[in-house]
Amino acid sequence: MERAEIEAGVIAILAQQLLLPPSEIASDATVAELGLDSLGKVEAIFALEERFDIHVPFNANEPDQPDFDFSSVPSIVAGVERLIAQQTE
Amino acid sequence: MRRVVVTGVGTVNALAKDVPGTFRAFREGRCGIGPLGFRDADRLSVRIGAEVRGWRPEDHFAAGELPLLDRVTQYALVAGSEAVAMAELPGGLGARGGVILGTAAGGIQTWEDNYRAVFQEGRNRVSPLVVPRLMHNAPASHLSIRHGLTGPVLSVSSACASANHAMGLALQQIRLGAADVMLTGGAEAMLCFGGIKAWEGLRVLAPDACRPFSLGRKGMVIGDGAGVLVFEAEEHARARGARILAEVAGFAMTSDARDIVAPTPEGAAEAMRAALADGGLAAEDVGYINAHGTGTLANDRAEAAAIRAVFPQPPPVSSTKAMHGHAIGATGALEALAVILALTEGILPPTIGLQAPDPDCDLDVVAHVARPVRVTAALSNAFAFGGLNAVLAFRQA
Repeated sequence: MERAEIEAGVIAILAQQLLLPPSEIASDATVAELGLDSLGKVEAIFALEERFDIHVPFNANEPDQPDFDFSSVPSIVAGVERLIAQQTE
Repeated sequence: MRRVVVTGVGTVNALAKDVPGTFRAFREGRCGIGPLGFRDADRLSVRIGAEVRGWRPEDHFAAGELPLLDRVTQYALVAGSEAVAMAELPGGLGARGGVILGTAAGGIQTWEDNYRAVFQEGRNRVSPLVVPRLMHNAPASHLSIRHGLTGPVLSVSSACASANHAMGLALQQIRLGAADVMLTGGAEAMLCFGGIKAWEGLRVLAPDACRPFSLGRKGMVIGDGAGVLVFEAEEHARARGARILAEVAGFAMTSDARDIVAPTPEGAAEAMRAALADGGLAAEDVGYINAHGTGTLANDRAEAAAIRAVFPQPPPVSSTKAMHGHAIGATGALEALAVILALTEGILPPTIGLQAPDPDCDLDVVAHVARPVRVTAALSNAFAFGGLNAVLAFRQA
């Protein structure tokens, strides 16, 4: 899957949680500035897993998230890319 | 106002299938958490829980009774029999006795088994006993039938605060004069595939251990079990020469009315303050707090802030969930047992698994090993999803 396609998918999922049009989410936006709450975050992760058929290692009790960096659009895209690549290895 | 006391306790949980065994585990700081053994556990991403291991229903029930009894009801009945026997309750209580029991998921295993049968296996029929087996009030009703209690009987469901709400309402029934004796507490049997699959989605379960108030904690670990306490009007207990374990001094409940999952310190603090006031206690009277202490970031920080807001000098605090797991709708009843151990034997059960104190939870946490301290009054906190807070205050008899 191309990076652009993953990025579009990630932005679409965040947009749905934030009730925003995807065009209003910049490709370098951070999750903090978008204002996603904790329940929105776990819903977005669920949507990522369903959309890309991956398992995202994410625990809401680990603020620094060593296994999956959910802090910005680029970090989420990179994480999804890595998980897709791991699956096809 | 009538005073209310505890004259009997009973339990089945991951630590032991009775109170003496559970108290021993509390004193020793033993952990009841282990690998999950139920059907399809290999399809879960979280594989640990505090199961009641080696549970053999046929040891406790006749074959003819079992089709009506989900595990949640089995646990409640076995715990109830132990509590009633300890209290040496007289027969014939009738309408002067009742049952108020908490449960969050009721007969979830029965839902699961029968959904499997119709959806997965394509069967077109289920047992006619499915409804009476899965209903939330089944544990309370079976306790009422077994012990002949025909007064106030109902079930209470408020997620992780169910048992504390149940015990608070039971206290109020006796104070009101609606009953002299109430069996109360909670029962839960959520450790099945569907139960954990649902929790997994929230990303709050720990994969390794429950470490309340500790740096490096990764969340909660679900447990199963039941705790049943006999609450009794003090004059009723004294008139029959019953052994009094502790006084149920006060209760209060509040709602955050803010977020469906994230707790606020204010709602928890107000429940603690109001429970103290209801029990005629000052903050400095309290020698121990059994915390809700789930081991999630959100709960532990909010609870620590709430305790500091209520107590200028917080007393020792522990969360026994690291031992018996988070038994959701039953957990308050298991934790009431920990409080009774503190009041009757002067032993504060520990918070095991603590790796390093979290500076954001600035409390005197009883860590690793039980602490011998004479305690005259104690609080037991429960703070549920949905923002519901229920706090009980107990006093030495």
